[in-house]
Amino acid sequence: MRPILKRIYLDHNATTPLHPLVLKAMLPYLERDFGNPSSLHRFGRKVRASMDEAREKVASLIGAKSEEIIFTSSGTESNNLALKGIVEANRKRGNHIITSSIEHPAVLNVCKYLSQHGCRVTYLPVDRYGLINSEDVRKAITKKTILVSIMHANNEMGTIQPLREIGRIIKEANSKRPNRVYFHTDAVQSVEKIKVNVNKLKVDLLSLSGHKLYGPKGIGALYIRKGVRISSLLQGGEHEYNLRAGTENIPGIIGLGKACKIASRERIKEEKKLLKLSERLYQGIREKIPDIRLNGHPKKRLPGTLNISFESVEGEALLLALDLEGIAVSIGSACTSGSPEPSHVLLALGLSYEEAYTSLRFSLGRENTKEEINYVIQILPSIVKRIRGISAIGRKK
Amino acid sequence: MVDYWSLYSKKVIDHFQYPRNVGEIKNPSGVGRVGSPVCGDIMELQIKVEKKRIKGKTEKIITDAKFRTFGCGAAIATSSMITEMVKGKKINEALKISNKAVAEALDGLPAIKMHCSALAEDALKAAIDDYLRRESSRTKKNANYHEQRRTNE
Repeated sequence: MRPILKRIYLDHNATTPLHPLVLKAMLPYLERDFGNPSSLHRFGRKVRASMDEAREKVASLIGAKSEEIIFTSSGTESNNLALKGIVEANRKRGNHIITSSIEHPAVLNVCKYLSQHGCRVTYLPVDRYGLINSEDVRKAITKKTILVSIMHANNEMGTIQPLREIGRIIKEANSKRPNRVYFHTDAVQSVEKIKVNVNKLKVDLLSLSGHKLYGPKGIGALYIRKGVRISSLLQGGEHEYNLRAGTENIPGIIGLGKACKIASRERIKEEKKLLKLSERLYQGIREKIPDIRLNGHPKKRLPGTLNISFESVEGEALLLALDLEGIAVSIGSACTSGSPEPSHVLLALGLSYEEAYTSLRFSLGRENTKEEINYVIQILPSIVKRIRGISAIGRKK
Repeated sequence: MVDYWSLYSKKVIDHFQYPRNVGEIKNPSGVGRVGSPVCGDIMELQIKVEKKRIKGKTEKIITDAKFRTFGCGAAIATSSMITEMVKGKKINEALKISNKAVAEALDGLPAIKMHCSALAEDALKAAIDDYLRRESSRTKKNANYHEQRRTNE
């Protein structure tokens, strides 16, 4: 068997490697500092103090107060808590939710569930760049609306939504009504990659996830603005301000805190680097490979995300060919790979099935280098050409 | 041996990386195009059928097969494999090639990829059907021609 020469990871929107400093910060809590933060003795108190510090670091990254951060097990749980928790606590005030058609399944499927349990859900369309028209939000709000949930940046194509505008519209609507419409955003993809500030974005709830920002898996957080009426999903102990029962995942929390601390310090530098690298990759592909298109917004996009359709090249075949060269990319979102449906996001953009099946996502991250990108640009054209040579559609042979 | 991508066998990878019989046949005897953009897989299989005398009997033998496929690695590998399997086969033997046989010839496919081999089987059947249809319309034309001549005489 041919050895793998390269190990180039371009799938950071799926997950990121653990930052070495994060691992270092976590290790004591897997060994010596094992206490339960609810315990009153010093074993517990030590861990409680570290947990509070971690909470402060997470809050600081997004401009929140420490007591507004709830630790969960994942971005998915954060989204579940936000949506179901708001619906549960505000049943008497209304049952209408507004979201977009391009949300992650961790929001879309919660909405689907809620629509089977007494809620009405409006799915806003997007334009061909994947942008929501904020005026659509204004038009969709009714007396019964209790929640608007719009993702910050899309996982598949990186398009960044105009959350400030939407936040302003919701604030305006709230000034004229007795019951507040809450504003939630799934910011799992944007935190650490771009500036995320809960006050600038005017959001009441925000979901984030540890493993998307060089922290560990199995840890997430939900920001809940003070005063928001929300119920817990779990019944149990009084952990996390009564909103998330269960003994805390301390190593995960410490890891998330450290990852947020690093992000606060290095985000601006990393953002610039990523933007440069992905621009290099895009220009390289554009120059060397004919008949490609960039999906998503050309400018309002995450700095490291490139979603490209290669005409008449089926995405999964291209993924496999690149994998055999040691290059990891993805098609659609990794969670839906393996199911026969193409990306609901790309279809929502108005792409044909054929175009949706020919898309590939490159998502760059911290450890990627110029040399790696050059290597990808160097070998991709011949692979695309080879698969086009086999293809039953598109270009005339 | 387990590959670093254990999803596929070495044979699948080999047929994906170096597919056999890609392209078109000049004047094919039958063409089968199956799948659709909606399901994400499209396969086109072309066959050349020649009549040969074997042990005093006229047999219809598939002498060549070519394919083009838009689809995932498994779809490309199964297309490649089935073109290899049909060559030299009699029509009625080729009709017996099941998708399971194609998958087995590739040392197996993951469960979620079995539909790819089904598509390859469908493409082959469609190509043979096409051939048989062309044959019968040609025989009919011939019959009509002879009929015509008889009446004229």
